[in-house]
Amino acid sequence: MSARANIMRSSAAHAILIAYTILALYPVFLIVINSMKSRRAIFNDPLALPTRETFDLVGFHTVLEQGNFLLYFQNSLIVTVASLFFALLFGAMAAFALAEYRFRGNLLMGLYLALGIMIPIRLGTVAILEMMVAANLVNTHWALILVYTANGLPLAVFILSEFMRQVSDDLKNAARIDGLSEYRIFFTIALPLVRPALATVAVFTMIPIWNDLWFPLILAPGESTKTLTLGSQIFLGQYVTNWNAVLAALTLAILPVVVLYLIFSRQLIRGITRGAVK
Amino acid sequence: MGNLSLTKVCKSFGPVDVIRDVDLEVKDGEFCVFVGPSGCGKSTLLRMIAGLEEITSGDVCIDGAVVNNVPPSKREIAMVFQSYALYPHLNVRDNMGLGLKQAGQPRAEIAEKVDRAAKMLDLEKYLTRRPGELSGGQRQRVAIGRAIVRKPKLFLFDEPLSNLDAALRVQTRIEIANLHRELGATMIYVTHDQVEAMTLADRIVVLRDGRIEQVGAPMELYHNPANEFVAGFIGSPKMNFLNASALGQPGKSLGIRPEHLMLSRDSGLIEGRVSHVEHLGGETLIYLRADPHGLITVRLFGEHAASVDDRAFVTPDMARAFHFGDDGLRLAA
Repeated sequence: MSARANIMRSSAAHAILIAYTILALYPVFLIVINSMKSRRAIFNDPLALPTRETFDLVGFHTVLEQGNFLLYFQNSLIVTVASLFFALLFGAMAAFALAEYRFRGNLLMGLYLALGIMIPIRLGTVAILEMMVAANLVNTHWALILVYTANGLPLAVFILSEFMRQVSDDLKNAARIDGLSEYRIFFTIALPLVRPALATVAVFTMIPIWNDLWFPLILAPGESTKTLTLGSQIFLGQYVTNWNAVLAALTLAILPVVVLYLIFSRQLIRGITRGAVK
Repeated sequence: MGNLSLTKVCKSFGPVDVIRDVDLEVKDGEFCVFVGPSGCGKSTLLRMIAGLEEITSGDVCIDGAVVNNVPPSKREIAMVFQSYALYPHLNVRDNMGLGLKQAGQPRAEIAEKVDRAAKMLDLEKYLTRRPGELSGGQRQRVAIGRAIVRKPKLFLFDEPLSNLDAALRVQTRIEIANLHRELGATMIYVTHDQVEAMTLADRIVVLRDGRIEQVGAPMELYHNPANEFVAGFIGSPKMNFLNASALGQPGKSLGIRPEHLMLSRDSGLIEGRVSHVEHLGGETLIYLRADPHGLITVRLFGEHAASVDDRAFVTPDMARAFHFGDDGLRLAA
């Protein structure tokens, strides 16, 4: 009786989750299948799978030959990975300090560091551009890395400080008695223990950076520093859009995110569910 | 080689005073236990000795040198924590050797010291395992091993047995006592369990609200408590405090240990009714309700028949009773 109710309940749950998965993945699926069809087939029947007649990799050819695609790809990767690295490093350090040390204004400092979550960084675009011009950083990777690091920090500090507080005091104290420096305690004890939280923050920080069009367009539109998202725009014209190329570029752009996600996902799930069950 | 002296040590968190004017001398080789109810400041005091907590005022001296501003790793101490505090990413050998490695000792020497400690604690089989693969008792032994290899001047134990189950607690308690005999080192041990304090200590320091209530050997505290608090805290089951005036005795209350009460069916000084009986085999605890004294615990050796609601009389052995005044201090006999 209860076993049957259980099966009913779990199949209902699965049905809902499967429906949601289909809904979420269908646009991605459409992009991927259409990137492999000829231009005519895309317009004739956008929902159809590529057949022998309609299969065409012209989009990929265009992207790889015409655009400076590999360079854009590399730019995106450099900017994303570097921003992620700095946001996580400095975010975790600030979180450790906030969680570990008693000092005047600790709470206020924590609030101040987290405040950025609520203020859209794009409001400051003009000021940022002026600063980058003054610092001579326009059209460099650093312009983007600095902005994205700053943008990623509030969320990283906010989430990680909560997790840092859960790292056992005894463990840190034991390390102090063993003569480890505060930096070694941070790197060898605290960081590995908050790894799931790091992965969570990494995914949340990474995706908007990878997808961003705004700041690359304003701060680094030069050919040598164009990111993938910005680079793909050459196929989107005011009058004519090369859909094959756009879809192929998008398909290729999904790949690294998927790879990074797979790397983080095991940790991610632990990060989300930790504390919920204990 | 392991003297500790505290002079007028105070600690406050903002306006709250946690430790007030603590003066204490611990001699070399002594096993000193800090005991008190939770929140009495015993762990804070231990952390101050370790250097993990700043001292608001006063001096902590180890071997005659003031160490107030010396970092924990330079104080030549070792500490065992309640939660074991083993490094989860290191195996047992590296856990035990990290402190020595940090101090820059040669690798061969570290290995030798770790091996010796592992042998002493019966951990040889587990040296390559990580803490996650060990049981609670084994983890605690690794934590103790980590302390031993450092050859510290002072061993500090912060409620090391609280996370172990009852059987293991007794066993580990004996191991710690043996360890103290073998090493002859100065040990300071914090616990809220007065049985641990009584069985391990050369000297017990009873703390309450950040103050030392009394310092003395276990039996000294048992036979000669300075005040009502110490009398109630040391000894298990707890001492009975009877209404002194109702018995025609001086002071506010009359303290009498459960083992110093005589129980009788038909006559005695205090009449009451049995409210609960605990049979432990070797001894029987009888709880008696008697006005105006409240619940009185009587400890009888051997097995005794008694059932709830029986009428019974108890008579205190007045030679072993303590008189306490209104301020809780013991009245001169």
